[in-house]
Amino acid sequence: MTLTLAEVEHIAQLARLHLSEEEKIRFREQLSAILDYAARLQQVDTRDIPPTSSVLPPRSRLREDEPRPALPQQVILANAPFPYQGYFRVPPVLE
Amino acid sequence: MPYETVIGLEVHAELQTRSKMFCACPVVDSTRAEPNTAVCPVCAGMPGTLPVVNRKAVELALRVALALECEIAPLSLFARKNYFYPDLPKGYQISQYEYPLAQRGVLRIETARGEKTVRIRRVHLEEDTGKLIHMQDPDGQSFSLVDLNRAGVPLLEIVSEPDMHSLEEVRAYATTLRAILRRVGANSGDMEKGVIRFEANVSLRPSGSQTLGTRVEIKNLNSFRAMERAIAYEIERQTDLLQNGQAVQQETLGWDEAAQVTVSQRSKEEAHDYRYFPEPDLPPLVIEPEWIEQVRANLPELPQAMKKRFIHNYGLSAGEAVLLSEEEAVARYFEACLEQAGDSIAPRTIALWITGEIFGWLNQSGEKFENLRVPPAGLVDLLRLTAKGIINLNTAKLVLNEMLASGKPAHAIIEERGLIQLDDAGQIADIVAKVLAEFPREVASYHQGKTTVFNWLLGQVMRQTAGRASPAVARAELERQLAGSKGN
Repeated sequence: MTLTLAEVEHIAQLARLHLSEEEKIRFREQLSAILDYAARLQQVDTRDIPPTSSVLPPRSRLREDEPRPALPQQVILANAPFPYQGYFRVPPVLE
Repeated sequence: MPYETVIGLEVHAELQTRSKMFCACPVVDSTRAEPNTAVCPVCAGMPGTLPVVNRKAVELALRVALALECEIAPLSLFARKNYFYPDLPKGYQISQYEYPLAQRGVLRIETARGEKTVRIRRVHLEEDTGKLIHMQDPDGQSFSLVDLNRAGVPLLEIVSEPDMHSLEEVRAYATTLRAILRRVGANSGDMEKGVIRFEANVSLRPSGSQTLGTRVEIKNLNSFRAMERAIAYEIERQTDLLQNGQAVQQETLGWDEAAQVTVSQRSKEEAHDYRYFPEPDLPPLVIEPEWIEQVRANLPELPQAMKKRFIHNYGLSAGEAVLLSEEEAVARYFEACLEQAGDSIAPRTIALWITGEIFGWLNQSGEKFENLRVPPAGLVDLLRLTAKGIINLNTAKLVLNEMLASGKPAHAIIEERGLIQLDDAGQIADIVAKVLAEFPREVASYHQGKTTVFNWLLGQVMRQTAGRASPAVARAELERQLAGSKGN
């Protein structure tokens, strides 16, 4: 199964990646190979086998609802390129 | 061609926990707190952090799911919903997808045509996003601000089947669900603070058809009003399209509050490809049957059941029962009064005093029911004094108003102001005689057949006693003396 170039572009857009024309062709081949492998796995009959969602024994580790102090605002904003009056400033987002 | 509207609703409700869904950051009022002051590496999406599920959030979710008569999954899974948006620091939202916490419930709503059951498809746990504020520089450049205080707050998503066919049904569904969320303690119901948000699926089909038409999804409806207007707008828009032979496009819409129209949100269409996969950082959520039974046993009586009980057991009207059952504090007050009163006062009398006098006073004074200064025993005392004839009905209303304002008990006010009902027949007879002597012209016109003067004369008697005379005794005495004075 070979992906179309449009599909590669769509996936790149979802991941916010800008690919060169050469990269699109290369990743198209690589992604197609991965899909081919997945297609082989899908041939296995798994009708009565529950999906493996965890390799741990199914037991929930829950946390009690006890708040603990958050980080100070200036620490949270320490790595922000454009802090603005206690906020992260980002390029405009249109709703 | 007549069309039938088909509506399904997704409700997002924040769960009232003290800490966030997957970390111990405090949950703050995101409309008031300083931005980014309730944020830690987990909810800021820092690499290397791990989420841990809040037990209370699961418990509240179970309460809601059981109140909606859902089947609880003994094992459910968290999943990553991947999309990029600045209010989502991890680049994915932890949610539940293929294996939700609960499925197949019902919500019974009341409509003009009687009770109707709306099926609940699923109830699942997820986390809220941060908040975005859109700004403009003085030089006109736009930018957005991100506050992550709300990021990671536990959120419950409740998805209905497309079982609703009118605005009335949607309204009943939304208000009934909100009342349940509040009653089980899952959510404050404070719409102003955005703790409940709606998304609606709307489609039309020819009346009588069983297949669903093309639907649109309207996102970000933050109030009952916005939800109703957006759905009403969509019904009209789609009806116009279909009647003109055009097709409805399947799309995601937003509601433009200012323009009162729905608008296409192409940016979010693209992001619809969420690439869900099981959250590798969280083990399956296991709910032991004992936990379910314990939550079920601790569920409070729901507003609808309470309303029916009030009508059935206490003979209240539907309107009175709604007023007394929709707020938990009011319901508790009413039932505490009933308990205090025993058999001494009819439940309906108590109901009418609460919904009439007390609610009236609250409306006028702007006070909150929660701050009421008259305890149930205080109201019952007052009603007993009235029932025993110690004070009359009008005096009781005056006394209650003063009790509400000052918090003083009824007997103190009655003593202080000398309001005890006057029912001594001899004393009242003297006052009636005095009134008749004072107003001979009115007495004459009464005898000439102008019977309405009777009430005016009774009013004079009440005035002479500062309202304290027993109306029954005064009325009887006035009738007796007027009959006696005829022909004089």
